[in-house]
Amino acid sequence: MYGTGIIKGLGITMKNLVLPTRQFNIHQYPNRKASPADLAKLEEKNTISFLFSNPIRSARALVGLETIEERLPQHARFRGEEFAWYDQRCTGCASCAKYCPLGIIKIVTDTSGVNLQEGQSYDIETFDIDIGRCMFCGLCVEACPYDALHMGSGFEEGTYRRSELVIDVERLRKADKKPSTWFRPQLTDKSYDPIKGSEANWDEVGRHEKPTGDQQRDRWAKR
Amino acid sequence: MTGIRTEPITINLGPQHPSTHGVFRLRVTFDGEEIIDAEPVFGYLHRGTEKLAETRNYVQIVTLTDRMDYLASMSNNLAYVRTVEKLADIEVPERAQYIRVISAELQRIASHLMATGFLLNDLGALATPLVYCFRERERILDLFEMLCGARITLSYMRPGGVFQDAPEDFWPSLDSLIGDLPHYFDELESLITSNEIVLARTKNVGLLTDEQAIDNSMSGPNLRASGVKWDLRKADPYEIYDRVKFEVPIGAIGDTFDRYLVRILEMRESVKIIEQCLEQIESGPIRANTPFFIRPPAGEAYAAVEGPKGELGFYMVSDGGVAPYRCKVRAPSFINLTPLRDMLKGWKMGDLIIIFGSIDIVLGEVDR
Amino acid sequence: MNHFPGFVDFYTFYELSLKIFQYFGFGDNAQWMSYLTAGVIISFIVINVMILSTAFYTWFERRVLGRFQVRRGPNRNGPFGIFQPFADVLKLIMKEDTIPSEADRPVFTLAPIALVAPTLLIMTVIPMGENSFLGSLNIGILFIVGVTSVNSIAIFMAGWGSRNKYAILGSMRGAAMLISYEIPMALGITSVLLMSGSLAMTQIANSQDIWFIVVMPLGFFVFMAAATAEISRTPFDQIEAESELGSGYNTEFSGIKFAILFLAEFMAPIVTAAVVATLFLGGTKGFDPIPGQIWFALKMFVVIFVLLWFRATWPRLRVDQIMGFAWKGLFGLGIFNIFIVAIEIMIFKTEDGTIGTSNMLIMSGINWIIAIVTLLGLMRIYGHKKLERPTPVPSPLANMGLEVD
Repeated sequence: MYGTGIIKGLGITMKNLVLPTRQFNIHQYPNRKASPADLAKLEEKNTISFLFSNPIRSARALVGLETIEERLPQHARFRGEEFAWYDQRCTGCASCAKYCPLGIIKIVTDTSGVNLQEGQSYDIETFDIDIGRCMFCGLCVEACPYDALHMGSGFEEGTYRRSELVIDVERLRKADKKPSTWFRPQLTDKSYDPIKGSEANWDEVGRHEKPTGDQQRDRWAKR
Repeated sequence: MTGIRTEPITINLGPQHPSTHGVFRLRVTFDGEEIIDAEPVFGYLHRGTEKLAETRNYVQIVTLTDRMDYLASMSNNLAYVRTVEKLADIEVPERAQYIRVISAELQRIASHLMATGFLLNDLGALATPLVYCFRERERILDLFEMLCGARITLSYMRPGGVFQDAPEDFWPSLDSLIGDLPHYFDELESLITSNEIVLARTKNVGLLTDEQAIDNSMSGPNLRASGVKWDLRKADPYEIYDRVKFEVPIGAIGDTFDRYLVRILEMRESVKIIEQCLEQIESGPIRANTPFFIRPPAGEAYAAVEGPKGELGFYMVSDGGVAPYRCKVRAPSFINLTPLRDMLKGWKMGDLIIIFGSIDIVLGEVDR
Repeated sequence: MNHFPGFVDFYTFYELSLKIFQYFGFGDNAQWMSYLTAGVIISFIVINVMILSTAFYTWFERRVLGRFQVRRGPNRNGPFGIFQPFADVLKLIMKEDTIPSEADRPVFTLAPIALVAPTLLIMTVIPMGENSFLGSLNIGILFIVGVTSVNSIAIFMAGWGSRNKYAILGSMRGAAMLISYEIPMALGITSVLLMSGSLAMTQIANSQDIWFIVVMPLGFFVFMAAATAEISRTPFDQIEAESELGSGYNTEFSGIKFAILFLAEFMAPIVTAAVVATLFLGGTKGFDPIPGQIWFALKMFVVIFVLLWFRATWPRLRVDQIMGFAWKGLFGLGIFNIFIVAIEIMIFKTEDGTIGTSNMLIMSGINWIIAIVTLLGLMRIYGHKKLERPTPVPSPLANMGLEVD
């Protein structure tokens, strides 16, 4: 019968309007009702001191009028900014710089005449990652033979200047050590979650404490 | 009314136009509302992918292929790594092949959902079917994020397998998605397929005969909509496609409606393929023991996969070094545009948009 | 039927200001001065009420459309995003008001005003309480039909003046479509006039002991379809077909000119809803404890929501299909409806020229049967167009799958 299809279509859209289960399956920065504790956390204050210093906002929050934006749910393997880099693990071999398809990693190591012994590493002077040109392919992480460099989970790291987008070694040292589990099966095995979990120490994130010769040969076989 | 003098007007459709799906430009000559000539102009998104590939090693090129057809990165990755495997003669573990097929089929569903949604948007449905399509596609992208940490530019596959096994919570999520998808398709179809306005707009519009389609070396859903039963997954089974059973849906006459319907039917077949893969998959290694710097022997190889848009092929020449000597991409979107002028002539402005939309191109792949 | 007291109309202000001016001793001048004063006050009220309600309506439309599309819609400015329209207007006012160098400047500048003025004028004759803003104008419906036809000129001005090929395409479509749909709309109105026997909007609303949507569903269908096309809403939005023409007739407009075009475009559904509520849904009629103004608002709301529902669901028809629908479908249906209603009135009319409630009930029974039979018959006749999909036959030119399967 001609004309039934358009009426059926009206029914479908009405169903989507009315049924709550069909709504909001698209994540769109949902607003969440904030408690005073949440607000205090946002302002980096103690909850009790926040209650006394901002009585109006606290009262509004208790009634349920204050909202904060919730971040999108992320998965543990998310490839994002804020690279987690472990100074203790890095030997300064610059594999990451070699593998970067865009050549945006710059490493300078101090070779000032010191003969390195087994187990020691170079002193890293410069480690610049130009996030402004990074495409987050993660090949640098894949290339790192000592599991020193990991992807982070951040996004929305907008700045006002391009120069601020270059992450230098000091910032890498200070950054949160919350490595993404991308190309780190050992972290997946431990069911580590960078978004919910705490920071990971340098001795927890490696495949092995110090790669032995055999293990290195396995990975870098058949040159 | 013979006395009125009329003259044709030429309109630049694009590169900045809401319905050109990117930066495509079409120089159209209208007689009133009727198209008398159309000339495609492209190259606005040319990034020199093929040339860039010559200066990168074989793993780094994977990231370039993501950016060609950015709605179907998985299929691009698959086509590329298959070429390298053929070139360097690398054996791929079985589990990796299954995971690759599952992700490629998920990507096909996601890409077809985009094509369907935007076709309806071009029809003027004010984004409702588009957002419904996006709702389903979003779940697939969530799965991809679980799998490889990105949603669009995936870089999941590597020559010799995939870079990392799927996490444990991936499989239950995939199961629930596979259970839900047929219902989604049913809902989408009852909103679109039987809608009389859609039928009036798309039936018998933009006809492409089987002979024309073959002459223009089209491939993919556009070719199958013209009634030609040609699918690389069946004709030249790669990966593990010879172990799964599926139908190749074809269209009856090759109009815009058939091109839409073939995509819907193909998505249903993709769901069946994934279900069978889930039954057959076993644990095992996921990556062959390949070095980071692959140095294939001097020679050449061509491998193609049935991407969402059509036959996506890579032709690579190696001179024995770490980077290919030459890399050529057979981009289906580009080749499917060949009969556009013949399809458009004689139709109206509104038909132009939907015929163009039903071909389903991605400009990143057309211009490369 | 009770109403909220104090509904404003022209004559109230006229008499008030006449008294004031006479008190201050203006003598002979008092009459024209009070006409002027009352006119200014009424236009001030109408314009501001309409602009505010349009602002609220854009928020409502975007919000409900968002829910239809499983999105959230605007939700950032103010509670539930209710201040979003004000933010939009502020942004538009602050933007540069560009005029293309090749444009026909006077036509380009006048077009937004020419588009928004008729829409506002219609509102003055709608009886939202006991009277309309202009009192009870005795040719109200004629006024509406006359004023709405200015729309097509305004749209053509906008397209022609901006010297843009997309704009001219959009306005050509607009002129053709709007003029065509005037006829079915007038036919729909004619059947209402036959029933009510008056051109005054108040009289039409009052004569609906039974709503005219019940008495003549076919007339309502014709009028509603034509009105949807007149305001160029989905499925007839050819004038501003986003996916085809970029933005249609308003491609080159920016700043406050675009804001005014936008205002006219979104005011149109409100006005249409008001007209439909008056002509077919019984105007301010309802049962008693609730005042008539509230009833009227409720009816408007329902019509607006239905229009919105159509917009959220259906794609757009092609331009020639739209013209075909007007001339081949609605024109015939409208004339058929007038015939039926006229014959029935001839039969059922009482001595004093009115039709009783019981007779109206009988009429509505007959009309519903006729409407259903007609529409089903048309569906059946057009049914052959919705061909079953022919079984696909694999092409003989390349038959890869045949052996494999």
